[in-house]
Amino acid sequence: MMARAIKELAAGARTREAIDQFFASHSFPIVDGSSITFVWRGEAERVHLKHWVFGLPSSQQLARVDGTDVWHLTLQLPPGSRVEYKLEVVRNGHGEWIWDPLNANKARDPFGGNSVAHGTGYEIPTWIQPDPTATKGHRDEIWIDSKTFGRRGFGLYIPARFQRNRQYPLLVVHDGHDYLRYAAMGAILDNLIDRLEIADAIVVFTSSPDRLKEYADDERHARFLVEELVPYVERLFPLDAQPQSRCLMGASFGAVATLSTAHRYPGFFGRLLLQSGSFAFTDIGDRNHRGPLFDPVVAFMNQFRAEPAPVSERVFVSCGMYESLIYENRSLVPLLLSTGMDVRYVEARDGHNWENWRDRLREGLSWLMPGPFLHVYE
Amino acid sequence: MKPGTVVLVGPQGATPDIGAVLAAHGVRGKVALVRAGYQEREADDAEMIKWLGVPAVNLALHRRSVEVFRDDATFTAAYKERQQRLRHMQSFYRVRLDKIEDAARTVSVRYVEPELLEQEEKVSVDQFRHLDADHVERCEALRVAFDRQWRVAERPLVARHRDELRTDLSGVEALVIAGGHVASLRNRIALFDVLGLAADKPVFAWSAGAMVLTDRIVLFHDYPPYGSDIAQVLDAGFGLAKGIVVLPDPKRRVNMDAHAGIQRFARRMAPATCVAMDHGSSLVYERGKLSRASADRLTTTGEVERGWDGAPSRFSSPYLRGGPI
Repeated sequence: MMARAIKELAAGARTREAIDQFFASHSFPIVDGSSITFVWRGEAERVHLKHWVFGLPSSQQLARVDGTDVWHLTLQLPPGSRVEYKLEVVRNGHGEWIWDPLNANKARDPFGGNSVAHGTGYEIPTWIQPDPTATKGHRDEIWIDSKTFGRRGFGLYIPARFQRNRQYPLLVVHDGHDYLRYAAMGAILDNLIDRLEIADAIVVFTSSPDRLKEYADDERHARFLVEELVPYVERLFPLDAQPQSRCLMGASFGAVATLSTAHRYPGFFGRLLLQSGSFAFTDIGDRNHRGPLFDPVVAFMNQFRAEPAPVSERVFVSCGMYESLIYENRSLVPLLLSTGMDVRYVEARDGHNWENWRDRLREGLSWLMPGPFLHVYE
Repeated sequence: MKPGTVVLVGPQGATPDIGAVLAAHGVRGKVALVRAGYQEREADDAEMIKWLGVPAVNLALHRRSVEVFRDDATFTAAYKERQQRLRHMQSFYRVRLDKIEDAARTVSVRYVEPELLEQEEKVSVDQFRHLDADHVERCEALRVAFDRQWRVAERPLVARHRDELRTDLSGVEALVIAGGHVASLRNRIALFDVLGLAADKPVFAWSAGAMVLTDRIVLFHDYPPYGSDIAQVLDAGFGLAKGIVVLPDPKRRVNMDAHAGIQRFARRMAPATCVAMDHGSSLVYERGKLSRASADRLTTTGEVERGWDGAPSRFSSPYLRGGPI
């Protein structure tokens, strides 16, 4: 399949001037209805598109327009999609992964980041941008001397309208510092609280030096959160110490930690936000194809699937359709519903990445911890 | 103006008309202003008092409630417990509401005779109505039991504030109730019995202020940040404006093109009339009855009757026992 723009280029004079004009007159990648065309210009032996869209080959070769240094690949991309990718440029037999130099849209993550392609209809939410008119919460970093894990720091968010004579809900965020860095969570909290869409809340951002172990149904982690961290924060701030006012959230392994903590301490966190959870399980046997890091996750999920229990009250689950974990997340939803918990499930045409998790925060948090928008009529 | 007159207007927004409304009703002197719906911003009243065009005394109900809750620990603990219970009841009501909505939708897409579906739709609406009525009744019962047990009027701090409010109200021509947080506003007006103390005054109100004066406070938003929602009854109002459900700011909150949604909502709330109140709308009650209106009315046939003047409607419900509404 060749995009219309590429066909027109190929049909033209293919001179340097014509090609320069082609690049000057398009933005890249070229989105045309439900098709998207990735383009790279330069000398190379091969060029590959590298992406993480589950269901498509993760490496696809770009074709060269004969007689030019223009490389291209057209894919079908359903409306509303958001895809993170890199280009691999192979020279002298050596491949180099690069950001797409023609695309200004980039997503950052702990591994550096990727270029981002927006399908037709995808729009970056306005509520993720810092709003100069929104009152800003106070952010801090404090430390706890944990019997379980020793001295640990965690981030803190105190809403702008904080008053000592009020009681506040608590939100605990796994990988919280990454949510702040890569998912714009500071600006999002400021905006959504200012718009009354989510409750004025005290937010704790935790991070783990060994998350793949601690988040994988580790008893120590759950104990740390429930018996040390939350009581500590409750001593610092006027919190409403009710399950309905405690929310625990996380993405990927952080979602596993969220669900497993709720499972170990049922009823303690009345609200759970699970994003792209790594909820690996098996229907027979105990080894999952994802490798040994997932073994404790598989053991936990198999146990939960055998005896699903109402560990919380309200659970918001989100997952990207282009994630390999979509099967596991879709499978989880009927189980959660079967327990009587109130469950909302949202899918997006996106992958396993921070901006997918960012884009779902508004609907998730406003449902789990609604602000007074429904009560305010000025 | 006659006592017992109640005037409800639309949201004030960028071009407030409350001053003109007060003037049109002959209010020239000082008024009492309730801004408790603004909670911590209650005292920032300078601009709003300018809108009124007459002198005003801010009754400071929110500030007074903070003082009561700060200084009467025993009462405050019980009050908070009641509020927590109300929140739980609201949450359970919501769970049931969602299930009725789910059932109604499931039934509505069955491939059977239209006449049978219409009958089933009535059953669905009746289930909503029963649940709404039960919820309001239980909320009221809880409040009544609380007031009886705690003899709120006799709590020394509450009594002192009520005395002060009586003095404030003695020298005003009218009571003006602004919008804001509807539950907070309702609770503070009730705590200090402001409507009882101002029983001889005409009352002007907008937005949340208008909602609390009706029989039932209904929360609504067709465009919540989590995607979709159905209207829910919060609690009983004070019933000065009878027979209506007030929906302030419909441009922002109500999908006026959703014929089926409007129809079901209007049927659910019947025999009360659902009134969408944009800026410039007004409803006037005299001697407890609606005497004139200028607003949009949601009908039980799913229409929006623009510029409704308060007259009995040509629209009728095919199933309500009360006949035309």
